Amino acid sequence: MDNRQKEIDNLKDYKYGFTTDIENTRAPKGLNEDIIRFISSIKKEPQWMLDFRLKAFERFKHLKEPDWQKPKYPKIDYQDLYYYSAPKSMKDKPKNLDDLDPKLLETYKKLGIPLQEQKRLNGIAVDAVFDSVSVATTFREELTKQGIIFCPISEAIQNHPELVKKYLGSVIPVTDHFFATLNSAVFTDGSFAYIPEGVRCPMELSTYFRINASNTGQFERTLIVADKGSYVSYLEGCTAPMRDENQLHAANVELVALDDAEIKYSTVQNWYPGDKDGKGGIYNFVTKRGLCKGKNSKISWTQVETGSAITWKYPSCILKGDNSVGEFYSIAITNNHQKADTGTKMIHLGKNTKSKIISKGISAGFSDMTYRGLVDISSKAANSNNYTQCDSLLMGNKCGAHTVPYIKNKNSESNIAHEATTSKISEEQLHYCQQRGLSAEEAVGLIVNGFCKEVLQQLPMEFAVEAQKLVGISLEGSVG
Amino acid sequence: MKEQLQKDFDNTIKNLTLSRRDIEIKKFYLDNFINKGFPNKREEDWKFSDLNQIIKKNIGELSFYSDYTYTNKVDSSVFVDGLEHNKIVFINGRIEKIDFDYEKKDQIEIIDQSETINKFNNNNSLSDLNSAFTNKSFKIVVKEGYHLTKPLIIYHTTNSEIWSKNINLRLNFKLYENSSLRLIDLFRDTSEKNFLNIFYNFDLKKNSILKNYKVDKYENKNIKYSFNNIEQDKNSISETFILSSGSNFCKNEINCNLNGEYSSAFVNGIFSINNNKHHEIRTIINHLTENTKSYQLIKSVLEDSSRAVYQGKIFVNSKAQKTDGYQLSKAILLNKDSEFNAKPELEIYADDVKCSHGSASGSLNEDSIFYLMSRGLNYQQSRELLINGFLLDVVEKITDPEVKNLIKNMIGIKE
Repeated sequence: MDNRQKEIDNLKDYKYGFTTDIENTRAPKGLNEDIIRFISSIKKEPQWMLDFRLKAFERFKHLKEPDWQKPKYPKIDYQDLYYYSAPKSMKDKPKNLDDLDPKLLETYKKLGIPLQEQKRLNGIAVDAVFDSVSVATTFREELTKQGIIFCPISEAIQNHPELVKKYLGSVIPVTDHFFATLNSAVFTDGSFAYIPEGVRCPMELSTYFRINASNTGQFERTLIVADKGSYVSYLEGCTAPMRDENQLHAANVELVALDDAEIKYSTVQNWYPGDKDGKGGIYNFVTKRGLCKGKNSKISWTQVETGSAITWKYPSCILKGDNSVGEFYSIAITNNHQKADTGTKMIHLGKNTKSKIISKGISAGFSDMTYRGLVDISSKAANSNNYTQCDSLLMGNKCGAHTVPYIKNKNSESNIAHEATTSKISEEQLHYCQQRGLSAEEAVGLIVNGFCKEVLQQLPMEFAVEAQKLVGISLEGSVG
Repeated sequence: MKEQLQKDFDNTIKNLTLSRRDIEIKKFYLDNFINKGFPNKREEDWKFSDLNQIIKKNIGELSFYSDYTYTNKVDSSVFVDGLEHNKIVFINGRIEKIDFDYEKKDQIEIIDQSETINKFNNNNSLSDLNSAFTNKSFKIVVKEGYHLTKPLIIYHTTNSEIWSKNINLRLNFKLYENSSLRLIDLFRDTSEKNFLNIFYNFDLKKNSILKNYKVDKYENKNIKYSFNNIEQDKNSISETFILSSGSNFCKNEINCNLNGEYSSAFVNGIFSINNNKHHEIRTIINHLTENTKSYQLIKSVLEDSSRAVYQGKIFVNSKAQKTDGYQLSKAILLNKDSEFNAKPELEIYADDVKCSHGSASGSLNEDSIFYLMSRGLNYQQSRELLINGFLLDVVEKITDPEVKNLIKNMIGIKE
């Protein structure tokens, strides 16, 4: 018990709130064509990439910031942000891990991702993104043997232009909504993964994102392509230091699954949520979209959202191929003054497509949580199926939980079922647990974990343990 | 459209005897409407039904002026047989008859309210339109402790003398403590291509009971919008039943504020539509205090290329602990061109509540048809039996046996 208590005490505040003292190279503040040219040139990008960015920027100028979301936030001054920030030592790219700035390595060690050890341990191949650039990718050789490409996207643009050119922007076009277009114009780095035909990726691929510098927007871009008959499981983790001001994070993630391919994308999002009074924290406005392009393909999103001052994202699946499957499993926890507006979109275009949505929302303190989802079965998507379940748990009467599903059925041979409930932890459940010697807080942790179990089960082993702990920590202090 | 509105407005005003202040108020609403125009799909509440487009496509240019100086003949053949009832008859938007023959005269009061416009807490432009153009509005008051012995049927009839007209109606009801009212809205149209804009306001005091049945059964090509605002005091009950079937387009909105403890609201609805019809029900139930209850059940059967929309919202504010809210919508799509859209919404700020919603849509269950056919029914019979049973579920929710039978006969549902 003592150990556990100590552990909890250590974690009480945001564990990842430290900053790393590393010299940064930054582009000047502001958003204009020169900055985009600067980013493009510092990355030594080819002309087509620059054109892609400029086209997006041209479009961005005409777009209005959306305002239909539930959590409102003060207006962001897009000219007052740094669009590029990189550790100085990254100017000349390190050849391997030994050349990396030791401070960077230490940072990742603190975060629980010892890149050095990763080399020895079997397990997960990591691509780490620090502020705006990707700093290290582990296990590369081993993956290369199987023909798998896993590298920073800036490298992929150089080395695999044919793949990037073909798929980048094919799911989230440059002419998409406000934040996605902004990302297309100024994205700095991110991960790229390509799994060749028939290959089952032998290990989990993982990206770790960290915002370190202040006043920086992080715009990373992830592109994962699973060729015919391949399989990949991808993990994503995020943290940021504690700062008083709000920081913007607007990433784009594109997934493409060809015939018979499967992509499993898991996120544990733990950006800095702001302090107890709601000061500071990350604005997490992310666009995630997967395209089941081929027949029998499958994309599965799993997310555990515990951090960020505002989370606003809808990981979506476009089920274009016949017999394709989309899944969405989500746990979103908001505490103190956090706000979340999250959910998914399942767009059924192909025949016999199936989708499943399991969403668990927990709100405590003064927080506000919204599930917003779209299920759209088009008239051509014969024999399709959707099942949606959204459960919300409320703790206290200062918080809110909302469900806003949009359900569109245009096909008479297809079925949609949706159910949602809202409740609180019952006194009986609490009493039962406490009677057996658990403290009130432990009891709540146990019950909440049970409530989330369906989703936690979907996570890969290593992540599941971490996520389970995170669920407990996020609700610290919300009971009694 | 602006000049038309202005002109029709001036004509309408001319025929009414209004005080200067009332004209000012009406003008204010007219300007509001001119600014906003008909609701379109850019507005969240009209996302699935773009009224502006629908009016353009089905009617074209609307005229807003109706000549109410002459009386229409009341055609008694439209009256419901076999059920004794009180009547209010609207013909082309003009009240032709108010008749409470079966009731004690001193227990019911009918107040002509044409000159005082009361505000609606609904901010869409149609309420502005209604406020600007309603010519006569009545308030019907049921006195304390009085239960109407017979139901009241409001006949909304239109005849072929009107064309491309906008008709605005408004009625207010006040039910004092321990009183009750059964109200049936019956739509009978022989006209085509008109837009009816109907606003009801109900004020339910302690322990009062309102039962409102809206029956839009008969085929017609009109476009209808109906809005019910219901304010409920302690222990009051409101029951709303909607049969949405006959018109080309019809949107029913129910806004219910549960202001008093132990008040409850029930909304049940049936969509039974075919051809190109487009119908919508939108409900907002606001649970504003402790121990309130709401229950909603909406079932749809959609044929041909018809379209049904259900938007239901349960709002629970932070004071409204022990709320019990339930909402279920089910749809059967019979044709590949039919479409069902739903947006069941929960907005909850209190923790000790029991709220849930469910929504399902799909085709007729082939297994059930097989089962029935294996017992000797033919395909058509089995299909009818299943649909009957599906809809009967909602009709059975009607708590008034007389009205239940009436509606059952009307739809032709057999038990």
